[in-house]
Amino acid sequence: MIEFLDGLAAAFWLVVNLDEELWEISLRSLRVTLSALLIASAIAIPLGTYLAVQRFRYRRFVISMINALMGLPPVVVGLVVYIMLSRSGPFGVLNLLFTPTAMIIAQVIIITPVIASIAHQSMRELWAEYHDLLISLNTSKRQRILTLIYDGRRNLLTAALAGFGRAIGEVGAIMIVGGNIDHVTRVLTTAIALETGKGDFALALGLGFILIGIAILVNLAIHTLSRTEREGRW
Amino acid sequence: MTAAFPLTLSGVQVRRQGKTVLGPVDLTLNTTGTTIIVGPNGSGKTTLLRVMHGIERFNGGQVAWERDDPAKHGFVFQTPVMMRRTVAENLAYPLKLMKTPKDQIVMAVDHWLARIGLEASRGGQATRLSGGERQKLAIARALIRKPDVLFLDEPCANLDGHATREIEVLLHEVASAGTRLVMATHDMGQARRLANDVVFLLDGKIHEFGSAATVFATPSTPELAAFLRGDIVS
Amino acid sequence: MIRALCITIAVLYAPIATADVMRMAVTTSFENSGLADVLLPAIKADLDLDVQLLVVGTGQALRLGEAGDVDAILVHSKAAEEAFVAAGHGTYRREIMYNDFVIIGPKADGAGIGAATNAADALGRIAAAEAAFVSRGDDSGTHNAELAIWTTAGIDTAALGPWYQSVGAGMGAALNTAAGLDVYVFSDRASWLNFGNKDGLAVLYQGDPALFNQYAYLPVNPAKNSHVRNDLAVQLEGWLTSPKAATLIDDFQIGGEKLFTFNASAN
Repeated sequence: MIEFLDGLAAAFWLVVNLDEELWEISLRSLRVTLSALLIASAIAIPLGTYLAVQRFRYRRFVISMINALMGLPPVVVGLVVYIMLSRSGPFGVLNLLFTPTAMIIAQVIIITPVIASIAHQSMRELWAEYHDLLISLNTSKRQRILTLIYDGRRNLLTAALAGFGRAIGEVGAIMIVGGNIDHVTRVLTTAIALETGKGDFALALGLGFILIGIAILVNLAIHTLSRTEREGRW
Repeated sequence: MTAAFPLTLSGVQVRRQGKTVLGPVDLTLNTTGTTIIVGPNGSGKTTLLRVMHGIERFNGGQVAWERDDPAKHGFVFQTPVMMRRTVAENLAYPLKLMKTPKDQIVMAVDHWLARIGLEASRGGQATRLSGGERQKLAIARALIRKPDVLFLDEPCANLDGHATREIEVLLHEVASAGTRLVMATHDMGQARRLANDVVFLLDGKIHEFGSAATVFATPSTPELAAFLRGDIVS
Repeated sequence: MIRALCITIAVLYAPIATADVMRMAVTTSFENSGLADVLLPAIKADLDLDVQLLVVGTGQALRLGEAGDVDAILVHSKAAEEAFVAAGHGTYRREIMYNDFVIIGPKADGAGIGAATNAADALGRIAAAEAAFVSRGDDSGTHNAELAIWTTAGIDTAALGPWYQSVGAGMGAALNTAAGLDVYVFSDRASWLNFGNKDGLAVLYQGDPALFNQYAYLPVNPAKNSHVRNDLAVQLEGWLTSPKAATLIDDFQIGGEKLFTFNASAN
């Protein structure tokens, strides 16, 4: 139990002192995760919506695959991406290994199925609601997808935030492809792993509390900015 | 205006799960007036309307318009589809699809809001309207593109007397202004009030078709006579 | 909403910069010592070289060198290093410094290894008492050193009972496990001194020359992969074997205890 109090104290002092290293790795965590989130959403939301409105032969199979991919172990993704980006691998020439970009790539692979699956679910429900009307108005496929995305944006935001949560706490993949290099690819989660391994539980817990705090802040900020609880435009 | 008519259905059939739900149907609708389709529940009224509108697939037969422009149809469903937007935005949606210039949209929306008496609610969510208000909005939305024909599938089935009266008044105005109406109803009073022509459907087949005056006064089939009396017909 | 987004993007992406760097894979035991925090700033000051350290197990370090994903490695597993050079992955191995391994256990020392005559005897006493023991089990330099001593004692670890626990983890994690279970563990001195969670454990046996732990520097062979910065690796090697490095390494202490002994010979 002592550790919890020590952890809270550690977190408090780090924040109050505006610890430079903490600032650096926190910003990097946010940078990597938010970048991954943007890219993954750009892929997953249109994909999920398309799957809701377009009937095609293997649709059920594709949807099942996406749901299954949600359970992909992040560390396995990390290994695969490492092999791909390794200098002796197919994409070695890009020199991306052990950079934040490699971490973003790994996280995009991990969270795209999560966002796509949740997005698909809401879009399917919304499509059931709008189906008759949109067909009756002779809309094109593109118009349907855009309308569903716009009208369903609150639920899509939830899907995106689910992806954010998955990514900000991820450590296995980014440890492998990022290498946890000090000042280069060290982020909050990999720092926590490092300190835990060194036996400095108080610091590790402290960083953990800060990580949770950041996640809460991001969620609050998004909800406030989009005024989801009040009726408003959002 | 209604240059799309006459509409001719020849030998149209709709089969679902082995059962013939509609047809074979031969019907020619002329250029002007209001056609009311009557018949007991399950007789195929909704299916017939949807086939005419073009949102129902049929197996066998032909649907031939004089000049068909899908954008020139309006359709009102029994349960109106309210988009998750404001009242004004719901009205504006069909025009936005057509890329109508903004000032024209504003004019049209203002016009219709006034006509259906929903100006006060223009900025509120459409999902918050009462049943009658929703249906009026749906009708206005269906008419905002100035269609040649307005199909209505039992629009007042779920409404109280007050709302029904308001809608009949609106429909009467609209019909007088020249829009062709094709409406299904099982409210015989409504049929008598609004019809120029009457189609009597039973078991997916047209039993009678003629001018309202003739059909109501002198039904030529015993089934229609029974139906007019208020008996249960199957 | 849009404005807030733009400001956020500006703040987050401002500090991105590119640098010309060298990557070196080092073992967790080296990182745990804290020596890197002393050496890296000095290297930056003297050579204007950014050395990025990937802290991994010996096995993974050798694998990264093989793939050409790092420019040099610093490990402490002589047999594995010689095999690495023989296979052509590294150009040569250069000894830099050494520290030692220690055998740690519960202060009560139920197996009585404090009175052991040598390292093999100490492990032998643990086996005889079937006292719970945590092993790295990760094919690292430390793990291989531990195995070598079991072999000297004539004991086959594969045949040992469940008291011998192979955790397959780094030094810090293994020490954590040992502290949590209050059992014996084989560790390098540096990791132990820096370990923050000692609980009821203490160093029970030390000093046998068999516990000698040699660190060597191996530049990755550029012939294998053209992206490898061999020029920088050689530059770093020159610095690591210089008198300045010797002073920094020999003067490095944790809690008043000297950790490493510089032993690079002139090349």
